[in-house]
Amino acid sequence: MSNPTDTDDDAARWSAQRDALRGLHRELLHEPVPEHLLQTVEQAANSGSWSRRWMRAGALAASVLVAFGAGWMGHGQWTSRAPIAGTQAARASAPVALAFAHDAAVAHAVFSPEKRHPVEVTATDQQHLVQWLSRRLDKPLKVPDLSAEGYSLVGGRLLPGASGARAQFMFEDPAGQRITLYIGALADRNGAASQESAFRFAAGDPVPSFYWVDQGFGYALSGKLPRETLLNLAGAVYKQL
Amino acid sequence: MNTAPIVACIPALRRYARALTGDAWMADDLVQDTLERACAKWSLWRVGSDLRAWLFAIMHNVWVNQVRQGGARATLVDIDEASHELVAPDTEPAVMIDLQRCLLRLPDEQRAVLLLAALEDFSYQDIAKVLGIPAGTVMSRLSRARLRLAELMDGAQPPTSTRPALRRLK
Repeated sequence: MSNPTDTDDDAARWSAQRDALRGLHRELLHEPVPEHLLQTVEQAANSGSWSRRWMRAGALAASVLVAFGAGWMGHGQWTSRAPIAGTQAARASAPVALAFAHDAAVAHAVFSPEKRHPVEVTATDQQHLVQWLSRRLDKPLKVPDLSAEGYSLVGGRLLPGASGARAQFMFEDPAGQRITLYIGALADRNGAASQESAFRFAAGDPVPSFYWVDQGFGYALSGKLPRETLLNLAGAVYKQL
Repeated sequence: MNTAPIVACIPALRRYARALTGDAWMADDLVQDTLERACAKWSLWRVGSDLRAWLFAIMHNVWVNQVRQGGARATLVDIDEASHELVAPDTEPAVMIDLQRCLLRLPDEQRAVLLLAALEDFSYQDIAKVLGIPAGTVMSRLSRARLRLAELMDGAQPPTSTRPALRRLK
C-alpha cells in the first residue's frame, strides 16, 4: 500500500519497513495454538449450543407441565400456577439477574456431570486458581469454605458470559453430589451496575439455583438439591463472601 | 456453531496482539478476551462478510477498552526485562528487539494502523472498518507511523549507551 505522494525512494523504504515488521513474532504464525485458547473457543461455542438445547428442553417440560395440570389435575392447576406467575414477576423485575441464574444453571448442567474435566484448574492449585479468576473477572474473589456443610472444593473454570467473564467454582460432597458457585459482573442494558438483591430462587432451569446480586456482581449457587438444603448452602456462601 | 474458521484466525490474532502490546501474556489475554466476545456475539457476524476483519475489529475494541482502563499501558514497564522474549528466532534478534521497542513508542492509534497494514495486508478500507475511523484518517496515520518508526529506528541503530531508556509508565 502506498500513498499517492510517495516517491520511488519512499516506496522502497516503506516496503523494506513492512518486510521487517512482518518478521516480528513470525514464529507465532507457525507454532500450535495454545490449548487454553482452543478451549475458550470450544467452551464458548458449546455453552451456546447447550444453552439453546436446554431452553428447548425447558420449554418442552413447561408445556408438558401445563398440559398435565390443565387436563388432569382440574383445580389442582391453580396451585401450580402461583409459582409460574411469581417467576414471571421476577423475570420482569430482574431480567438480567434471572438470565444470569439461567446461565449458572446451564453451566452447572454442562460441567458437573464431567468425569475427566469438571474443572480447568483443580483445588490442589487453589491459590493460583483464585488469582487467575480474580484477574480475569477484575475482582478479588474468595472461595467459600463449605467443609462444615460437607462439601469440598473440586476446582474452577472460566466461562464467557453476556457481560464479561464468569467464574465457576465446583464443590462436591463425599457421595459425589456436586454444587457450583457461579460469579460474574452484572450490568443492565444501560451498562449500569445491577442493584443489590435478596436471595431469589430459580426452580430448575435446568437445575435449581439460589441467586443474588451484591455490589454489581451476580452470584448463583446451583445443584440438584432440595430447596431448603440449597438455601442453607447459599447462606453459608453469602456469609463468607 | 462451526469454530474452525475462528480457530484458523488465532495465529494471526496472536501475532498482531503480541506486536501491539509487546508482551506475551498480555497478548494472549487480549486474544482470549477477543475469542470470548466473538463467540458470544457470533450471531452478529454476517455470513459471507470478512471474518478476519470482524475478529480484528473485536480485538481492537477490547484493546481500546483495556488501554482506556490503563491496563495495557503497564506492559511498557517491563520491556527491558522482557526483551529476551522479543526474540524472533529466524531474524536478527537485536533488530527485532529494537523494532518492537520503537513500535511501542508510537502512539497507540498509529501502531494499530501500521501493524494492520504491514502484518495483515488489510486495505485502507478494511482498516477503516476495523478501527471505526475514516479511510482518509487511516492514510494519514499510516504515513505518520511509517515516518516516526523510521526515525526511531534510525536513532536506535546502532545501539548507543546514550539512548534514553524506556520510561516507566506505571
